[in-house]
Amino acid sequence: MTVDAVIVGSGPGGSTVADVLTRAGWNVVIVEKGRNHLLDPDELTKPAADYSNDELKFIYRYFLGPDPLIEPRTFRRGEEEGDHSYVGEVNSIPTTVGGGGTHADGKVPRFREEDFGLLSTHGPIEGAEVADWPLTYDDLEPFYGQAEGAIGVAGTAGANPFAAWRSGPYPMPSGAPMYGAVRSSAAAEALGLHPYPAPTAANSVPYDGRPACNNCGFCAFFGCPIHAKGDPIALLLRAMASGRAELLSETFVSRLITDGRRATGVEVIGPDGATRRIDARHVVIAAGAVETPRLLLLSGIDHHLVGRNFMVHFQTFVIGILPERVHGHKGRAVTHVHDDAMIIDDAARAAAAEAGLPWIRGGLVEHGGPSLPVMEAKIYPWGAKHKSLMRASPMRDRMWAFTMQGEDLPQLTNRVDLDPTVRDVRGFPVARVTYRPHRHEIVASAHHAPRLVRVLEDMGATWTMTSTSPLVEGEDRRGALSAIPMSRHVMGTTRMGDDPKTSVVDAFGRIHDLDNVVVADSSVFVTSAGYGPTLTLVALAARAAAAMVGRTAPT
Amino acid sequence: MPLWLTDEEFAILCAACDRLVPEDETAGATRAGAPDYIDGLLGAFLVDPPRIWAGGPTSGRQGGEAAFARFHRLGALDELAWRTRIEGSLGIPEREFNGPVEGLQQRYRTGLAELGPDFCDIGPEDQDERLRSRRAFTALVYEHCCEGMYGAPEYGGNRDGVGWAAIEYPGDVQPRGWSDVEVANP
Repeated sequence: MTVDAVIVGSGPGGSTVADVLTRAGWNVVIVEKGRNHLLDPDELTKPAADYSNDELKFIYRYFLGPDPLIEPRTFRRGEEEGDHSYVGEVNSIPTTVGGGGTHADGKVPRFREEDFGLLSTHGPIEGAEVADWPLTYDDLEPFYGQAEGAIGVAGTAGANPFAAWRSGPYPMPSGAPMYGAVRSSAAAEALGLHPYPAPTAANSVPYDGRPACNNCGFCAFFGCPIHAKGDPIALLLRAMASGRAELLSETFVSRLITDGRRATGVEVIGPDGATRRIDARHVVIAAGAVETPRLLLLSGIDHHLVGRNFMVHFQTFVIGILPERVHGHKGRAVTHVHDDAMIIDDAARAAAAEAGLPWIRGGLVEHGGPSLPVMEAKIYPWGAKHKSLMRASPMRDRMWAFTMQGEDLPQLTNRVDLDPTVRDVRGFPVARVTYRPHRHEIVASAHHAPRLVRVLEDMGATWTMTSTSPLVEGEDRRGALSAIPMSRHVMGTTRMGDDPKTSVVDAFGRIHDLDNVVVADSSVFVTSAGYGPTLTLVALAARAAAAMVGRTAPT
Repeated sequence: MPLWLTDEEFAILCAACDRLVPEDETAGATRAGAPDYIDGLLGAFLVDPPRIWAGGPTSGRQGGEAAFARFHRLGALDELAWRTRIEGSLGIPEREFNGPVEGLQQRYRTGLAELGPDFCDIGPEDQDERLRSRRAFTALVYEHCCEGMYGAPEYGGNRDGVGWAAIEYPGDVQPRGWSDVEVANP
């Protein structure tokens, strides 16, 4: 039997495509390498009850995968470090039904107009592959609206003075603001910044048959126990309810089967270890910006840019200790953000000029973060002081933090390829990440961090500290681990463009050399902006899927 | 009765944990059950289903079912990963596709032996000195100690939630959650 489409990966990208195609009457098979903890295994049209407020299960025991003992990745900064400097967890976005959507805390900002045209707006930067996207914000806007409606986004239109135009309101009003975020927003505003309620894929009111979020606080790194989060569950439930989707979890796609310019299907290894093929008229790859290029390389699809221009976000952490408790465990981890560091103002221009760069852009600044006691405890030293520190809680309940998701410029030398020696449990070469930030990221971080320190001081912080991930080389105190970006925002490894010589896929995610293969995840990003990739990849996937069924508008 | 460790090993582990997180006006590591957490991890596969992932969505502490107590069944690959992590690769080919892996059981057996059979009988300063001189092992025990102090009680530590109570942390809060007012004005 030949299905209309086989979709590799059940995260936000693959789920979006499954939803659009099944609504158009196509029969699809969704193949997911990880386990299913999202949908009821006995009745895939209902949610499962596996998620919980359990720090051990989600943070230390790989419940959402990947487990590095069966699916490691490798890392090195550059070729001078040999085959790899580290084997284990590298940018491990979940491997599970629902993919990266399940562990995200659900901040889903749109990009802005200039993010799609960095080269023409601001010009090139030496050593970086700065380029325009082959589509504009205006092209994508209707699909942003579709994406927000499908996953369910709460937000306040007009609250962000830098926001791109939007054709409609958010589907839901913003949820409850956290105490710490209200205070940090007030301090930020007094310093001329523009904080606003983060557009969040967590229901502020009952939505689409799912309940309102009850502020339990277990968002980042956790699956939502009550399914109030806009992980791709709504899209998957709808696809399963259509009767035209089949979900194969614990099933690994080992290669695409191609014949000239067409793919005829995929080869898969099921939970029983048996290899079989799934014949399909179309193949959609949505395995994430590390596993997608790995699959293409395993399949012998060796366009010279596959795996190149790997991007994450260069994260800057500014933390402060406050005299009083902020109760960061009450609420959805991050309720406020600001865009100011994305704007090239006079100060940013001057800082760039001083560093010999044409321009610098920081990224979205998130107010707050997860508040978890095991994570906190491991920071403190052992011995007599442990418990007094835990009771006083300087690093959790009296801590407030900013995280800047700094724009990471595309570089040809930053890449995903196949590790020459390390294998996964099924015997296939694992993905190797080669990554080193461009000087732009480091300069932008150093420029924007002091302003965030001032905000914390104005909030009353008695102590502040600034750090980055990865650490800047030379400030490296923990060996290879500190060189690996902690960000799970992986992007860029099959960049899109109109010219097959300088891009892997076209503006609809179609691989230039293969007529019926579409990439539907953040691999297609041309630049990383400084915003979480989820909403943009969902919008792009919706646009790509619409094109597959012959439509130009949202379906 | 420890699940996997011998009585002698368990006594040394308790003494070590109580130096890492000592008793003061609130429970120390041993009274909080951190050594039981560690022993439970080392013996996770002596229980069926193995004590790796507690169930969901609620513990019963804030209402709802006591579902954390129903541990998940592992898939074949999950079991392979966790047996390798806990038991080590032991020369078994399917566990050694990237080379041998030393298991937690071996690390604890060796590490506790190296602390010395007299570890429980020497003074606290001498105990600390021995812990400091075995940095890697002590770091491992401390990480597990923190998990056993402040993780969910279903994993064998944080007995009756004493770890959470000591730091005025509520633990898991589903299905109750927090009201919008509690979030904005805690």
